[in-house]
Amino acid sequence: MITIDNYVKPATLEEAYKLNQARSSRVTGGMMWMRLGKAHVKTLIDLSGLGLDQIHDEDNVIKIGAMCTLRQVEECEALKELFGDGIAESIRHIVGVQFRNQATIGGSIYGRFGFSDVLTAFLALDTFVELYDGGIVRLSDFVDRAPDKDILLSIIVRKGKRKFRYDSIRRTKTDFPVIACAVVTGIVHGQETWYFSVGARPMKAALIEKKWEIPADASEEMIAGYAKEVASEFTYGSNMRGSAEYRRHLTEVLLRREMTSILAEGR
Amino acid sequence: MEIKFVLNEKHMCVDVKADAILMDVLRSLGCKSIKCGCETTNCGLCTVWIDGKSRLSCSVLAASVDGHEITTLEGVEDEAAEFGRFLAAEGGEQCGFCSPGFIMNVLAMKRELTDPDLEEIKEYLAGNLCRCTGYMSQLRAIEKYMAAQKEKEVQA
Amino acid sequence: MSMTEDKRIDPADMRIVNHAVPKVDAEALVTGRSVYTNDLAPEDCLIVKIIRSPHAHALIREINTVRAEAVPGIECILTYKDCPDKRFTMAGQTYPEPSPYDRLILDQRMRFVGDAAAIVAGTSEEAVRRAMKLVKIKYEVLEPVLDFRKAKDNPILVHPEDNWRSLCPVGADNKRNLCAHGVSEAGDIDAVLASCEHVIDRVYHTQANQQAMMETFRTYTYMDAYGRINVVSSTQVPFHVRRILANALDIPKSKVRVIKPRIGGGFGAKQTSVSEVYPAIVTWKTGKPAKILFTREESMIASSPRHEMEMHVRVGSDNEGNIRGIDLYTLSNTGAFGEHGPTTVGLSGHKSIPLYGTPEAFRFTYDVVYTNVMSSGAYRGYGATQGIFAVESAVNELAKELGMDPTVLREKNLVREGQIMPAYYGEKTESCALDRCLARAKEMIGWDEKYPCRDMGNGKVRGVGVAMAMQGSGISSVDTGTVAIKVNDDGFYSLMVGATDMGTGCDTILSQMAAECLDCDMKDIIVHGVDTDISPYDTGSYASSTTYVTGMAVVRTCAKLREKICERGAEYLGCSVDDVEFDGEVVTNLKNGESISRKDIGNKVMCFNNEALAASEAFSSPTSPPPFMAGIAEVEIDKETGVVEMVDYAAVVDCGTVVNPALARVQTEGGIAQGIGMALFEDIVYSKKGKDYSNSFMQYKIPSRLDVGNIRVEFESSYEPTGPFGAKSIGEIVINTPSPAIINAIQNAVGVTIRELPATAEKVYRGMQEQKQI
Repeated sequence: MITIDNYVKPATLEEAYKLNQARSSRVTGGMMWMRLGKAHVKTLIDLSGLGLDQIHDEDNVIKIGAMCTLRQVEECEALKELFGDGIAESIRHIVGVQFRNQATIGGSIYGRFGFSDVLTAFLALDTFVELYDGGIVRLSDFVDRAPDKDILLSIIVRKGKRKFRYDSIRRTKTDFPVIACAVVTGIVHGQETWYFSVGARPMKAALIEKKWEIPADASEEMIAGYAKEVASEFTYGSNMRGSAEYRRHLTEVLLRREMTSILAEGR
Repeated sequence: MEIKFVLNEKHMCVDVKADAILMDVLRSLGCKSIKCGCETTNCGLCTVWIDGKSRLSCSVLAASVDGHEITTLEGVEDEAAEFGRFLAAEGGEQCGFCSPGFIMNVLAMKRELTDPDLEEIKEYLAGNLCRCTGYMSQLRAIEKYMAAQKEKEVQA
Repeated sequence: MSMTEDKRIDPADMRIVNHAVPKVDAEALVTGRSVYTNDLAPEDCLIVKIIRSPHAHALIREINTVRAEAVPGIECILTYKDCPDKRFTMAGQTYPEPSPYDRLILDQRMRFVGDAAAIVAGTSEEAVRRAMKLVKIKYEVLEPVLDFRKAKDNPILVHPEDNWRSLCPVGADNKRNLCAHGVSEAGDIDAVLASCEHVIDRVYHTQANQQAMMETFRTYTYMDAYGRINVVSSTQVPFHVRRILANALDIPKSKVRVIKPRIGGGFGAKQTSVSEVYPAIVTWKTGKPAKILFTREESMIASSPRHEMEMHVRVGSDNEGNIRGIDLYTLSNTGAFGEHGPTTVGLSGHKSIPLYGTPEAFRFTYDVVYTNVMSSGAYRGYGATQGIFAVESAVNELAKELGMDPTVLREKNLVREGQIMPAYYGEKTESCALDRCLARAKEMIGWDEKYPCRDMGNGKVRGVGVAMAMQGSGISSVDTGTVAIKVNDDGFYSLMVGATDMGTGCDTILSQMAAECLDCDMKDIIVHGVDTDISPYDTGSYASSTTYVTGMAVVRTCAKLREKICERGAEYLGCSVDDVEFDGEVVTNLKNGESISRKDIGNKVMCFNNEALAASEAFSSPTSPPPFMAGIAEVEIDKETGVVEMVDYAAVVDCGTVVNPALARVQTEGGIAQGIGMALFEDIVYSKKGKDYSNSFMQYKIPSRLDVGNIRVEFESSYEPTGPFGAKSIGEIVINTPSPAIINAIQNAVGVTIRELPATAEKVYRGMQEQKQI
């Protein structure tokens, strides 16, 4: 149980940021695991009064406020239009509707949890995070940063002609993933580029980028070869949900299936 | 700290600690239908609606509902009893401990989804665990209830 | 339709029994009324919490409570020095309990990670939590026994203490870490197996499982006006809890009253007195009301899960598939304490081997060992689940070796009505429709079209697998149900039972039986929860006993009450009792047509009356008629990842006459879903130091509604002549088929045989890899 002395709902971002500079302050997202922690928090900062709960479909980007719930993102039509069912697929297995009505995208991304489906999915896309003090940072850079006292304001996904696939293996349907794999492909600077993001290894999602020109009629063996190559470049670990070796195998299988699916659809 | 919210259409003004959990506060206000089944957001027993959406009251700070509208099973008693009759006809309430949270989410589903198919129903309710029934009787009850609701609409 | 013990009634003629009557408490449950323990607890209860050992094996060398006691609101902090040094068992069993007396409320020795080291009670949760942090305990950490295969005769003893006691001759010896040992056999098994053309010789392992009922363990206690301790608890065994608390507190049993309100599921977990002693000792010492609510984590790490078992099976047959001998050795892990250890193990053999009527010989040997993990307890199936997994899996492996359809092998060998079952205490099957159950289950799933498997053409393959099961109906010559019924004003009846409805609906089905016997409506009968001060004695709801044992007591009581109503009616009508008939509404003088209503009789007996219009009868059975069942699973396996999906489960049960088809069906569906969890997902995983990692619903995964596939249930009724209206039990048998049937389906789909549960995707994948290498 987390004990809290003061609950504050700041009226401005500036106030929120200032409050958060104290060592014993903490920003809350969906408060999902408040009963699991053992911390003592002097000031809990709730960002829900700051208009961060909107998804903005702008010209070149989709900007998702940090306080948007997972359910909002799951059901977002703009994301569906751009990336198909992949985003929803990365969210719909998470516990249940009640949980997803509450957990925030900001909490998921900021937490940089190993098991995070959402982080795995967005890492594969052309995604940035907007920080109050740190400005706009690539998600792939943000992932490796240690948590600090900055405040995450929004997740920004750049639009672009990209194909996106997401898949995961779970023991029960609503459990954390044993492995989570996202594949994205598109033309970057005139060159076909593949992005592979693999999470729950069980370490947090990592991204590998490949400038591969894969012909549409690539044989199954050929695609399998690519999948094997990229799968071998990730590191894996063992825990209750699976061994490192099994995770590596699953990564190979899922990445191959996702690539095949993208190639079948045509880029 | 003092918070104001609407509970089952009644205005409330309550003094709570900063770390008071909504579930505990609601139970202390007499909403004993709300049950706690886990500490890890997995079971769905504590489901209530905040501004009409299903949420887990075990993981909401009471302080954060200031200015919001809360509905518990006590606030939708007639509707719960109506669906409950379908559930009981199947024997699907069994020990009943998960029933309030489950029924809250069924009624939320009814409001949110139109004509859901079996898979959509199962997915919507996946966050409501039940250890007694094996879920089949609950699904039978939902299908019969939905059909009866439709019948009612047609007649109206 | 009234019935007596010797009168057989066609279930089709029954008015209320054999009908899907909604549960009598349904409306309260679906509208969320305050009916459970924590809803009823007074606001001023002291909050009781337990400081738990971080070590699997340790001795407390020092406890300093001074600073903790100074926290405002703290009422008391109890350590082993405050508790009686008289050992008892928390097992809810009939006295003298087969489970050894190996517990104290608090002990100096810690025997598992999570064992109770101290009790803290205070006026608020916050105060208690603060105080818990301030209690300083110095442990002398000892080496634990964590591998149950190495526990027997290990130099490290879990229970070295001299006041450890075993009340029954179960082969227990605390100086050998043995909680029980036994052998039972018929014929010369070694000679028979030596002469068999095929012998399957395999080892199977079933993991510990949590019952995971939605309401965790909880109890509140208070002193009443008579200086007695009143205990309101979520328990399946109120009368046993009375004795357990008297033993634990070392006070007379007359000082204890136990009340059972509605309970949020049990499945056997609450057949052990897991939570009661803690608030009870606080109330007894302070005189103040006290309450404990186990967190889900406590319910996961310090509770009463299924016994982990390792079973070595040998099954022998001839070339034609006639099963000639079964030899089973079970090693059972009872953990830190012996609750239900000596008894669960027995079912692993006595309720698996008798599924086959053909063997010329059998042998069943077992050891139950203490280790430094949490104590095991009673979980639905109670050892039968484990044994049936092993024996049914071995029979499926035999079918494979013989190149025979496993259903055909079973049809050849399964036990039939009228057979004597040597491995089931020599009892005869008076009612058995197992053959029909299997035949119907095959039809339901489309076995002949689907066996062994179908490649779905998308990298997935579907397989079907089969298993059979049996259980008992109460513990023969032990379980006792007593029922009392009284006639009140306006003639309504109070049905008083000591059997504990844990959500399963026994208050309803016992009322149905009473209404059937008394020719009245359900609304004419009231029933309520158990109160040991008021309810007639009942061993409690476990061992699949309530429908059969307590149900029969209802039948007997009603017969007696009908006689008394006739007598009283005749008296008021001024005629001989031989001339009257009671049709449920009125007593009529058949000679002159004069009658008096039950309503009038009920009112009349409340004025100038010298004999109570009530009856009370008991029932206990010398036999425990087994229900039978066949289950067939259809699974779909991803050939690359090993992921197993439940597609369909067809189950057919012979529970004799079905007392309430809706409730029996839900029992079956629920039991199968739990069995699916056991087969595929659920596992209690310990660290190398004995810490339970599976300590929440986040880590211990019970199936959600997306994980169970479709479950279909039918009944093939037999008629059990010794049961009420021909009924047998239903509660436990239903969990027994999924594990072996699902494992068989996986085997038939991809050729991988998993002998260690749960069958995770990774195990299936590894099995497929090994096959490729062969």
